[in-house]
Amino acid sequence: MARVLVVDDEPNIVLSLEFLMEQAGFDVVTAEDGESALACVNDAIPDLILLDISLPGISGFDVLEQLRADSDKAHLPIIMLTAHGREVEREKGMALGADDYITKPFSTQALVSKVKALLAETDK
Amino acid sequence: MSITPQHRPRRVQERLVALIILALLLFCPPLLLVIDALPAAGLSWLPLYIFIAWATLIGLTAWLMEDGSKH
Amino acid sequence: MRTDPVILSVAFGYLALLFVVAAWGDRRAEQGRSLIGSPTVYALSIAVYCTAWTFYGSVGRAAEHGPSFLLIYLGPTLAMLMAPLLIRKMVRIAARQRITSIADFISARYGKSSSLGALVALFALVTITPYIALQLKAITVSHAVLVNYPDSADTSLVDEAFWMDKSFWVALVLAVFIILFGTRHLDASERHEGMVAAIALESLVKLIAFLAVGIFVVFVMFEGPGELFSQVAATPELAQAMSLESVPGGATGWVGMLLLAFLAFFTLPRQFQVLVVENVDEQHLKRASWLFPLYLLAINLFVIPIAMAGLLLGGLSGDPDSFVLTLPLSTGSEGLPLLVFIGGLSAATGMVIVETIALSTMVSNQLIMPLLLRSKRLHLGTKGELAGWLLGIRRVAIVLILLLGYLYHALIGDAYSLVTIGLVSFAGVAQFAPALLIGLYWRGATHQGATLGLIAGFMVWAYTLLIPGFVQSGWLDAGLINQGPWGIGWLRPYALFGLEGWDIYTHSLLWSLLANVGLLAGVSLFTRQTPLEQTQAALFTEAMNPNLQATSLWHGKTTQGELRELLSRYLGMPATRRVFAVSTNQTTTSLSPTLDDNEQPASTELITRAEQALAGSLGSASARVLINSVVRGEALDLESILSILDTTSQTLEYNRRLEQKSQELARIGEELRGANERLRELDRLKDEFVAMVSHELRTPLTSIRAFAEILRDGENLPDEKRRHFLGVIVHESQRLSRLIEEILDLARLESGRLTLNPQPLDLAHLARHSVDAIARLQENRGVTLKMQLEAEPAPIIGDPDRLEQVIINLLDNAGKFADDTAPEVLLRVYRHKKHYRLSVEDNGPGISEDERERVFEKFHQIQQHEEEKTRGRPKGSGLGLPISRGIVAQLGGRLWVENATSLDGASLIMELPEAPPKEPASSEKPIAT
Repeated sequence: MARVLVVDDEPNIVLSLEFLMEQAGFDVVTAEDGESALACVNDAIPDLILLDISLPGISGFDVLEQLRADSDKAHLPIIMLTAHGREVEREKGMALGADDYITKPFSTQALVSKVKALLAETDK
Repeated sequence: MSITPQHRPRRVQERLVALIILALLLFCPPLLLVIDALPAAGLSWLPLYIFIAWATLIGLTAWLMEDGSKH
Repeated sequence: MRTDPVILSVAFGYLALLFVVAAWGDRRAEQGRSLIGSPTVYALSIAVYCTAWTFYGSVGRAAEHGPSFLLIYLGPTLAMLMAPLLIRKMVRIAARQRITSIADFISARYGKSSSLGALVALFALVTITPYIALQLKAITVSHAVLVNYPDSADTSLVDEAFWMDKSFWVALVLAVFIILFGTRHLDASERHEGMVAAIALESLVKLIAFLAVGIFVVFVMFEGPGELFSQVAATPELAQAMSLESVPGGATGWVGMLLLAFLAFFTLPRQFQVLVVENVDEQHLKRASWLFPLYLLAINLFVIPIAMAGLLLGGLSGDPDSFVLTLPLSTGSEGLPLLVFIGGLSAATGMVIVETIALSTMVSNQLIMPLLLRSKRLHLGTKGELAGWLLGIRRVAIVLILLLGYLYHALIGDAYSLVTIGLVSFAGVAQFAPALLIGLYWRGATHQGATLGLIAGFMVWAYTLLIPGFVQSGWLDAGLINQGPWGIGWLRPYALFGLEGWDIYTHSLLWSLLANVGLLAGVSLFTRQTPLEQTQAALFTEAMNPNLQATSLWHGKTTQGELRELLSRYLGMPATRRVFAVSTNQTTTSLSPTLDDNEQPASTELITRAEQALAGSLGSASARVLINSVVRGEALDLESILSILDTTSQTLEYNRRLEQKSQELARIGEELRGANERLRELDRLKDEFVAMVSHELRTPLTSIRAFAEILRDGENLPDEKRRHFLGVIVHESQRLSRLIEEILDLARLESGRLTLNPQPLDLAHLARHSVDAIARLQENRGVTLKMQLEAEPAPIIGDPDRLEQVIINLLDNAGKFADDTAPEVLLRVYRHKKHYRLSVEDNGPGISEDERERVFEKFHQIQQHEEEKTRGRPKGSGLGLPISRGIVAQLGGRLWVENATSLDGASLIMELPEAPPKEPASSEKPIAT
């Protein structure tokens, strides 16, 4: 069973994502900030990360950058979640190597199908 | 506002006119009578006064003219 | 040492040196490496002012008349102070119009009048000849003193034949010198470089000689100035020697003499020559304006000590005029007296040289040339012939002037002491001053006014000074002075109209200047100027106008051929070629005149230059006559000149305004740039704010949408979950609407549209009320909330709803940041000076110094510590504190952060002014809520 890491500092958003992923049949791990997210990646070894950008401490961009720099985890699929709707940020995220970029508020169905598609792609 | 080059010659001229008036005051009777009336042992103070005033004026003119010519 | 052969060989050796220096100076000038192109040489050449009269006569005058001798030098000091203003103007005019002498200058000012020029030249000749005689006399006397000492010098003079008189031979040598170095060029307005170099050298020699004798007297004959003056102090008859009392005429005489020396400095022909005609560069006036006065000061420094020493050692020789020589002679010194003699010789020769050049130029250009030009026969002279004539005339004039001076000296020179002749001459030339100086500044001064003023001034001068001088020489009956002519008392020359008690020079100066200035002004006001006179008057008075020089002043027409013929007849071919070379250089490439060129009309510049060239050689009046003879048409009239001047001044004014405007524009531009910068910054802040707001709004919206979709799609959700999710949606919706409320508040606050409802209220009461409202919430969070009301009631003015919002916000914040394990919050209300304060403290980690202002920034979130986050505390929007601060500020209070005093954490303090005491009833009345 694939494992998804949800990183966000808003408890209610984490709650909703956790529910959605579990419903879709994934194992879910959560983290509230960048540092614990990095720790989780090492401990729980997720298959995909839903990563919020504005986190306290290390930002989502930093987490993304560090993971992409690490050869072991460089191919880990990552979907960025953000409340910043600006085009610049989207481009920055994609440039840093995010697999997808989803703006809050998002469509739950679209999110779930994106996650599934990405996981299927990496399985091949 | 700083003094622009156009203002400077006029300023030098104004100072020169002030200097001329000062010279007239120094060399004319009201002041001379005062100096002449000072009690003196021997000669009057008048010549000494004139030489000092004279030298001062020359010094001031030199300062004004040579300083001004640099600009 | 004091034998005649030694003295004569030294004296004539010195004159030979002058020839060498002058020749060297001329050689250098020809090579283009001018010796005199320095302001110092210029200042030294002006020192030709100090003649033998200064050298010998100053001591004499100091001995007889106290400090009055100084006035002769204070006057020029004043004049030189004005040099950058006054003399500069004269120099500029002279250079532009090729002025050759003071007579030429005055003549040019009054419409190039040949009669006025002739008058000035004639008067100058009459006035200055005795002065030249005086120099020759000084040479004779000093020589006699030197040879005959200790016998009296006077006896040896009378009976000798003129060829035994050394001054005759000196005069002859000088004539040769002046002819050689003073008439090299036909153009008298050109510099006499060699002569000026020699004059500068002479100035140095006489200064060194005088300082040497001064130092000798003070430090060798006496033991320094201290001893000299203590001896003077011990001599009762010398006590008043240097006070104003010994000055002839007292204070009035003082002022008169000062004025006399001041005026004469401008009008002495030799001073005009060195100051104006020989000036190479206007800028030299700056240095000269203080260096020359310094020279005067130096040469006068030892006059009083020498005079006093001479009087102390009284009777060593009768004549104080000779103290300079007799004092060193009395000690048996041999070399020093010889040096003094050379110094005196240099002072005398310098004066004679320059004065003779100036006078001979005047005589040839103002007296003789105009006469020659009237003679028709001369107009037919062949080419270049007149140039030779002119130089010949000048050379003859030089010899005649010197001869005249010598005759005057030989015949009547003994009657006066040196200073007396000098002062009479001064008063004579001072008559030129009104026409010269007033003409420089008053455009309305006319030719008739100047002429009549000059004549009247001279007549009064002659009557009050010259003729009485003849009386004192014994040529006329003494009754003239004592009883007046024909016994008419009020006509006595020394007490005209009964004015008695003045010294004779001030007396003469007063009456002569009164007549002179009075007629000049009076007649000018009632006479009319010719067009040429108007033009010249405008050119003189407006000489400093910067755009004038570029203007061509001729409107008339002639051909180049005619002009060429005229110039070559009077100036010779080389000079003519020079005049034409400049112009053809500009217009055509060919330098040689062709037949074609001769038929060409002459340009206005060429005519102007031709007139200038003629003026430099013949004087402006003659040049004018000659140009008129070939040019048909007129010079620029007054109207044109005035319009040039007006345009110029208008342009200047316009430029000034433009400059002002552009400065203003630059300033406004600067301001605009600043404003733009601020706007950009504001724009950036606004963008940031919008981004922040959008971010903050999206967060609750995300939860709401997510759960709403989960609820929509999940039909078989358990009830418990369904309720939980609905609860989240409701909570997030509330958060959203609160956020929107806050954003609106902030927007209203910032635009100043937040309407408050200020009323008197009790802050303590309000605090109690707020604590009640939040107590439950805090209790749920486990926060211990304490209240300490130290001032009750605390009357202030405020909006109760808004203030409650602020207090609750503060309490809520404090609760969030208080310690984790045992969170504590303390609210205090207390009085501070004329204010009431409400502080909210917590026991959290506190706020660091640099964070304290930033917590009031919009959307600022204090970085929470790791463990705090895990506790899942409700986060603020980051707008509460900025809004609170805005509300408090609008109520006239302050809100800031400090360290907590009772607890360990931060303390937020709100301060509001005490309400003014009203009627007791209203202040105690509790608020409605």
